[in-house]
Amino acid sequence: MAAHTLEREDFGQLLTALAEEGYEVIGPREGAGAIELGPIERTEQLPIGLTDQQDGGHYRLERRADGALFGFSTGPQSWKRFLHPAKLTVWRSRRDESGGLEFESEAEQAPARAFLGVRSCDLHAIAALDDALLNIEHPDDGYRARRENSLIIALNCSVAGGTCFCVSTDSGPRARSGYDLALTEVIGEGRHYFVIEAASEPGERILEQLSSRPAQEDECGAAERVSEATAAAMGRSLETDGLAELLQRNLQHPRFDEVSERCLSCGNCTLVCPTCFCTEVEDVVDLAGATAEHRRRWDSCFTLDFTHVHGGNVRHSVASRYRQWMTHKLSTWTEQFDNSSGCVGCGRCITWCPVAIDITEEAAAIRASDGATA
Amino acid sequence: MSDMTPAAYRVTANEPETADTRTLTMEPLSGERLSYQAGQFTMLYAFGGGEVPISISGDPTPGQPLVQTVRALGAGTQSICRLESGEQIGVRGPFGRGWPDLSELEGDLLLIAGGLGLAPLRPALYEALRRPANRGRVTLLYGGREPEQLLFREELDRWRASREIDCELIVDIAGANWHGSVGVVPSLIERTAIDPATTSALVCGPEVMMRYAADALLARGLAASRIHASLERNMRCAVGHCGHCQWGASFICRDGPVLEWSVIGPRLGVREL
Amino acid sequence: MREIQQLLEEIEVLRGLEPAQAKLISGCGRNVVLEDGEPLMRAGDTATSFFALRRGTVAIELLPSVGPPLVIETLHAGDVVGWSWLFEPYLTQFDVRARGSVGAIEFDGACLRGKCEADHSLGYELMRRFSELISSRLQATRMRLLDVYGSPPAGTR
Repeated sequence: MAAHTLEREDFGQLLTALAEEGYEVIGPREGAGAIELGPIERTEQLPIGLTDQQDGGHYRLERRADGALFGFSTGPQSWKRFLHPAKLTVWRSRRDESGGLEFESEAEQAPARAFLGVRSCDLHAIAALDDALLNIEHPDDGYRARRENSLIIALNCSVAGGTCFCVSTDSGPRARSGYDLALTEVIGEGRHYFVIEAASEPGERILEQLSSRPAQEDECGAAERVSEATAAAMGRSLETDGLAELLQRNLQHPRFDEVSERCLSCGNCTLVCPTCFCTEVEDVVDLAGATAEHRRRWDSCFTLDFTHVHGGNVRHSVASRYRQWMTHKLSTWTEQFDNSSGCVGCGRCITWCPVAIDITEEAAAIRASDGATA
Repeated sequence: MSDMTPAAYRVTANEPETADTRTLTMEPLSGERLSYQAGQFTMLYAFGGGEVPISISGDPTPGQPLVQTVRALGAGTQSICRLESGEQIGVRGPFGRGWPDLSELEGDLLLIAGGLGLAPLRPALYEALRRPANRGRVTLLYGGREPEQLLFREELDRWRASREIDCELIVDIAGANWHGSVGVVPSLIERTAIDPATTSALVCGPEVMMRYAADALLARGLAASRIHASLERNMRCAVGHCGHCQWGASFICRDGPVLEWSVIGPRLGVREL
Repeated sequence: MREIQQLLEEIEVLRGLEPAQAKLISGCGRNVVLEDGEPLMRAGDTATSFFALRRGTVAIELLPSVGPPLVIETLHAGDVVGWSWLFEPYLTQFDVRARGSVGAIEFDGACLRGKCEADHSLGYELMRRFSELISSRLQATRMRLLDVYGSPPAGTR
């Protein structure tokens, strides 16, 4: 489907068209010190003229010289909060006076939403979550419903974050698939416009309602150059060649003990990681003891009792828990989910780690001393 | 019945096995009895007590009542063990990869159980007894702490008395009125006649005991791929969503709980995997 | 003598000895048969002999100050029972009792000790084999110490 050009002043039409199609638009907004994801009704709610500075354990918002709508990298939140909610009720049970039990599945909450500004890394993350929660023997029906009711509008990054390494993981910066619409923001030579393409029928329907026109060759070229510049400005890199096997043969590497001396096992990395999907369940009984809710919430493999069995916790040390997270992302995920990767190079775990542990640095250290035992 | 939401069952029997273990028999309030494979498990739910993964310990022939053996260790299992006949319980399942299909398996079968581990093996034993006699011998080696803690005592006596299986019991320690062996399960393995080329071993018990048993089997020449063990990890959802039961690349609820020792053995060398 | 020498092959810890050494050892052995309940040795007695079991089962028992006897271990055909004859003060630690009819070779401890003193290579061979035996019994005992079927010790949880 051919690319179109949408002028900056017409951007609001996109939001209008989405609302008219019945979508609640979720997009980036300036929150308290960080770019967050929330409802967007008007263009002015976007983080216009803002950018971010990211590094290990460091995130700051700054003013840009221009009025870019999407002139920043990823914030701490990812789209998993909408597809795989942090809290939900799975089922309810009722007990009557004679001890009879009734169980009722909770209806799935799957509002029609348009995700505005999904980066390529996050597109790959959504595909990774599809592998983990959908393409399995017992698919998560709620995830499927939310997935089907989401329209995805990709945004090709013009800013490479200080901790980004999507080029290394082959997950960006240019979106290749998995979206309904894709935008590239182009600012320069006195112009400010978006190159927009539709990749699905719902995307086409939206595009038809905009007063965009077919993109000219130089505009498409400019869009390509935006991605090329972003690709050249990655903040980090990760050597992925043979990485899964490298980690499997270095499970007792002393580097895990070293990193564990810094790691607080706070779980921030798992919260911000767009592919982490682990959850915990608990039963909440009402005061009368007549109804109980079986609730699900996000969990982290860094918690001490994540691996609790009779007799204790299998992964007791912080080193073993860090190893679990890292090797799941970069190694065992590949075996579990048919060669996809658990890591999409978004760099959030590096930015949001309070002690700036850097997964790319850890992988490089192990690679540099492959086979070390002490 | 959905695999995400429990179905209500009625407890029709709750029999004591040992001081802290009970066997429950359950019937669905509506619909068909559960169809399952030997070695699979369900998530059992006593109201307000949370779900717990419990192996099915009954006869897997289609149409049989659901029988599960539960040890009261924590809040969830204690609630379940206290259910009386007539009370209701939530059942979700069956889940997991069970024991290999015994109707297909040729050669001798060696079932090695420790403690509560006989519960997930008993369905396999029932299936083994239904094989044609010329398929191979069936041997059960069962160890426990002391005689009072062995499960299914009456059935064990019947099996020992019958010619259908060779059944050897061993306990860590006993009073002088115990006429069986005293020692460890590997010593039973050492004394059992085994043809390593044609024997399949099904092992279930505390993980330490399974390791020792597997070492003894490997020392007798069994290939690791002929040793099947049922593992246990923290299973919260049983459907591969919550991530808790991962062990290396395996989800124990989905790729297990039965795994081959060729997979298990190398991983056991990694501390805190 | 030669008959005992051939029977050594049935005993795991005495299997595969050089013929000369096997002959020396069998000189200290004799065939015995014990009836159900008959003691092979009693706790507190001088350890004059050890037994290589050919047929049947024996129970190693401990009689505590209070209560009935506890069975520590049962041994079977091919096993050796008793090693207190190796070390001073040559004191038997446990009761060992026959369960059912038991056929065994009883070896005279003093006789064997004398031959080991005279022939150190025989002595080394026997010590090596008995060390392995004691080690594997220790391993089995450690397994039971773990109480794998029960709850882990409170301090480790």
